[in-house]
Amino acid sequence: MRTIRRALLLACVLASGAAAAAEAGAGAGADWMTWHAADDVTNTASLQRGARNFMAYCLGCHALKYERYYRMGTDLGLTPEELQQYLIAPGDKPADYILTTMPAADAATWFGKTPPDLSLMARARGADYLYQFLKTFYVDSSRPTGANNLRLPATAMPAVLSELEGLKSAVYKDEQETTADGKPMTVHVFDHFEQLAPGRMSAAEYDAFVHDTVNFLDYVGEPTQAERRSLGIWVVLFLLVFTWLAWLLKQQYWKDVH
Amino acid sequence: MAPAVPPPASAAKPAGLRGWIYKRFPVQEFISEQLTGYYAPKNFNIWYFFGSLALVVLVLQLVTGIFLTMFYKPGEATSFDSVEFIMREVQWGWLIRYLHSTGASVFFIVVYLHMFRSMLYGSYRAPRELLWLIGMLVYLALMAEAFFGYVLPWGNMSFWGAQVIVNLFGTIPVIGPGLVLWIRGDYGIADATLGRFFALHVAAVPLAILLLVMLHLVALRRTGSNNPDGIEIKERVGADGHPLDGIPFHPYYTVKDIVGIGVMLVMLAIVVFFIPSFGGLFLEAPNFEPANPMSTPEHIAPVWYFTPYYAILRAVPDQRLGALLMFLAVALFVFLPWLDRSPVKSMRYRGILSRGALAIFAVSFIALGYLGLQPAEGIYVVLARIFAVCYFLFFILMPWYSRIDKVKPVPERVVFHENH
Repeated sequence: MRTIRRALLLACVLASGAAAAAEAGAGAGADWMTWHAADDVTNTASLQRGARNFMAYCLGCHALKYERYYRMGTDLGLTPEELQQYLIAPGDKPADYILTTMPAADAATWFGKTPPDLSLMARARGADYLYQFLKTFYVDSSRPTGANNLRLPATAMPAVLSELEGLKSAVYKDEQETTADGKPMTVHVFDHFEQLAPGRMSAAEYDAFVHDTVNFLDYVGEPTQAERRSLGIWVVLFLLVFTWLAWLLKQQYWKDVH
Repeated sequence: MAPAVPPPASAAKPAGLRGWIYKRFPVQEFISEQLTGYYAPKNFNIWYFFGSLALVVLVLQLVTGIFLTMFYKPGEATSFDSVEFIMREVQWGWLIRYLHSTGASVFFIVVYLHMFRSMLYGSYRAPRELLWLIGMLVYLALMAEAFFGYVLPWGNMSFWGAQVIVNLFGTIPVIGPGLVLWIRGDYGIADATLGRFFALHVAAVPLAILLLVMLHLVALRRTGSNNPDGIEIKERVGADGHPLDGIPFHPYYTVKDIVGIGVMLVMLAIVVFFIPSFGGLFLEAPNFEPANPMSTPEHIAPVWYFTPYYAILRAVPDQRLGALLMFLAVALFVFLPWLDRSPVKSMRYRGILSRGALAIFAVSFIALGYLGLQPAEGIYVVLARIFAVCYFLFFILMPWYSRIDKVKPVPERVVFHENH
């Protein structure tokens, strides 16, 4: 596994050459810590694309063990036929939970740890975290997977989306800092990404891909959130009217308190 | 005690089913003694909503809790999954769960404001010391209830929070280690711990809270409510035998409390439907990961309502002393009726010393609450120490500053502004 990854990486790097490197703008990705995932869970089309992305690229290793296929289909406005045809893994039924076929024990041997279930990842870490994670993979030959990540350094996850995004390297710069006891110190800080090889997608297409995927995971984190918000408006309006009427009643009763 | 209104002669013998019931059960007497014949001061302000609001939240927690119990399955292997099952697959389960989790925080907000009201108007003073003490027991039971409940979802913060809190008992000399083992029922926070915390959370502590709340109301009926002027209205009784400054609880305060309940429900609904996690204060992000003894969350912090005490615990370098001071910080409230030596009850008629001390105390409590949520390092620890000292000085110096404080004359009748 390890050697295959490395060989692939090397081939990609060699093939791309200097032309691709020149493509990357100066300081690209320097502000990655401030990137936000848009809150877009009412965008059904985006969620549908996100579900498709998940089934194609994530489900090989990661499960959504609290989400059933038919629940996802209903919430995403898909007909049972569409659900069956495009999203349900072969052999699974609509009432099944969305589980990966990768055996957990084997996965732990291959990657060093079992890939986590992603049902609640958007709630536990936040959508911004997922967005930053999927966009800050870079080539790092010192890692067994040949890839590293800024959001989750030394991640066990290989850069599975590199065929879409292409390969990029992290360029570091040296900065002078003063330690607490006044001594000068050189620190190695991330400066920007450099595109080494193009992927199948342009930067904008890949960003949209990540947006949809993270949006879908945000939905899976709390499938009721759209319903919760739309119902909430009516509940709050009802309670406001109720409170206003109660106040009028109170004013009537209190007229004779002197 | 306010004399009960005798039922009018004409209504004394209702016929039919009502008559049949009245003959066998004191419905009329209950209504006339507890509601229509219970006289409360007419000058209650906004601070006097929180008692009835606490009762409403108690009912909310009991009802939503009962429904949650129908689907929640205590156990290391089942707790976390069953909560997600409630959130995703039980009809309206998400709403019941959010009402319960938000209700817990609302309970503490309401109770803290209710307690602050007592400190503002001297409601703990004679003759209401027992009322205050029973209230403190309700507060203690509520803290236990909230802690046990927080462990039940079996998220990673549940686990590590329980670890930290239970280990505090280990700092008690001699019996500590044995006591911790006895509480947990295992060598770590485990299945046995979860089972007993569940039993305590759904049966033992709620029963204790209900009993204590009833006693709290019984004590209140004996002394009557205090009021923002700190005047005993029973000392000025009119020709009809009722306090001149009192009005029947029903209908006047029942209709008024409904307004307060409405306002609270609006705020509750806004949180439940739009910001149920409340930025990680009501539901913490690490608690959406299952309990994992092998992975400690970055910062272990209890839920916001415990953080003032948690900040005190961490401000002290010695763990045993820290734990002792933390328990003391809670216990000191009990002594307020005897620490306060001011000749007047209400802050309205007290001078700058008492008012300033209470203001510093309130600021310290809120600041400690904030600091308890921050990592225990650098400036945060320094600030926590300063505010902890202020917190304790409020109680320790009270016999002195409350006695020498300049007070204003208290009027004979309550100050009341009519609605126009």
